Amino acid sequence: MEWLGVSIVDRKTDEVLLEIKGLYKKYDETTVLEDINLSIKKGEIVVVLGPSGCGKSTLLRCLNGLEKIQKGDIRFHNKSIVNNDVNWQEIRQRIGMVFQNYELFPHMTVIENIILGPIKVQKRKKSEVMEQARQLLDRVGLLDRQNSYPRQLSGGQKQRIAIVRALCMNPEIMLFDEVTASLDPEMVREVLDVILGLAKQGMTMVIVTHEMSFARAVADKIVFIDKGRICEISEPQEFFEKPKTGRAQQFLNIFQY
Amino acid sequence: MQSLGISVLFKGMNMQRLFQGLMVTVRIAFISIIFGSLLGIVLGVIWTSKSKWIRSACRLYLELFRIIPILVWLFIMYFGVTTALNIDLSGETVSVIVFTLWGAAEMGDIVRGALESLPKHQIESGKALGFSFWDLYRYILIPQAVRRMLPVSINLATRMIKTTSLVVLIGVIDVTKVGQQIIELSRLEVPTASFWVYGFVFILYFIICYPLSRLSRVLENKWNG
Repeated sequence: MEWLGVSIVDRKTDEVLLEIKGLYKKYDETTVLEDINLSIKKGEIVVVLGPSGCGKSTLLRCLNGLEKIQKGDIRFHNKSIVNNDVNWQEIRQRIGMVFQNYELFPHMTVIENIILGPIKVQKRKKSEVMEQARQLLDRVGLLDRQNSYPRQLSGGQKQRIAIVRALCMNPEIMLFDEVTASLDPEMVREVLDVILGLAKQGMTMVIVTHEMSFARAVADKIVFIDKGRICEISEPQEFFEKPKTGRAQQFLNIFQY
Repeated sequence: MQSLGISVLFKGMNMQRLFQGLMVTVRIAFISIIFGSLLGIVLGVIWTSKSKWIRSACRLYLELFRIIPILVWLFIMYFGVTTALNIDLSGETVSVIVFTLWGAAEMGDIVRGALESLPKHQIESGKALGFSFWDLYRYILIPQAVRRMLPVSINLATRMIKTTSLVVLIGVIDVTKVGQQIIELSRLEVPTASFWVYGFVFILYFIICYPLSRLSRVLENKWNG
């Protein structure tokens, strides 16, 4: 399989990093997610697809505690992270997340945005964090913007920096919530390239996206959600060529002219 | 002689006394502004609580200072509370207490407004990076809120400085009171004394307040630039 001339190697392991069991999520009376079961192995790239409002973003938000769940279990390294005594501050350092709205802190420069978490939350040494931050910036091609403020950057640049900011915490898994959805089309590629670079390094990722060709190229596993339920879990090729369910077929048809 | 009216400012110890009075005004105002702002920030953060009871309590506290004139607060504290509790507080101390409490109430409302105006995803991205509640406020939310609320809080500070002129009524000798005394003493010799003395007091207030509004404009430009 190839994307941008880079072949993606198989880097899955058998160690389960994150496991979702019988998860239910409700807002008042509305059920948003229903009986979700999914396991994510170390090094695996899971792409979640589905129509707007199907609950895929909510699922991602449940995984790092931004939403409370009503029933079921989420296990990280085989330890439940849904009971009350869970230290989310600690867990969130290990589960990185990047959102649709490039939410950099507007009152800080690029480099300050990146090093704030590692220094204040993880209490790491500034010199060491700075070095890592610069390396990461260099890798996404933005080292020359380290002293710029977010308002001086384009959407694609901001989103790449948001990714670097999450990476600088050295997470074990990254969650991407429609990170290219509010970008201008010409900037989508530069952000996807960064994610692809991570894939090559073996980062475990859960990606919610509407970029179908990217999903197909990067995913080890496609999870298709409709109306809050997982309709099917397939290998990408199988999903895009011979989806098992009619709803997935309908969904894919929308993307083909 | 009218042309010599200005000389009243330089007669005897007048100038020195006016500056002593000014120091009292500045002392009361600045101590109150500093403590009022600090308390106000804490109050503002508490105010953003989801609990209806906490929000109502904060609201009530603010309204008490909006509805009851500051002068009445000064009287209640100076004549009422001190006698009721049998404690002896100087007029200046009472002034600092009342102005601090007032400043905290108004500042709390300003901070609450600024925090609530911040986009929700700022909170979420901070949380996603593992920030604790207080660190989230300290490093991410409050610095941004400060930038948003700067013009209104400088306005509050100048309002507090100007309102300190009420403290004469509980016997504190501030710059306005010193002016009054000078005028009363020299009215017969210098009929235009009130023009010169109050004119000078006017300039003194301007000298304190103007740099503040300048500062707010400079900072605003710096942060938005």
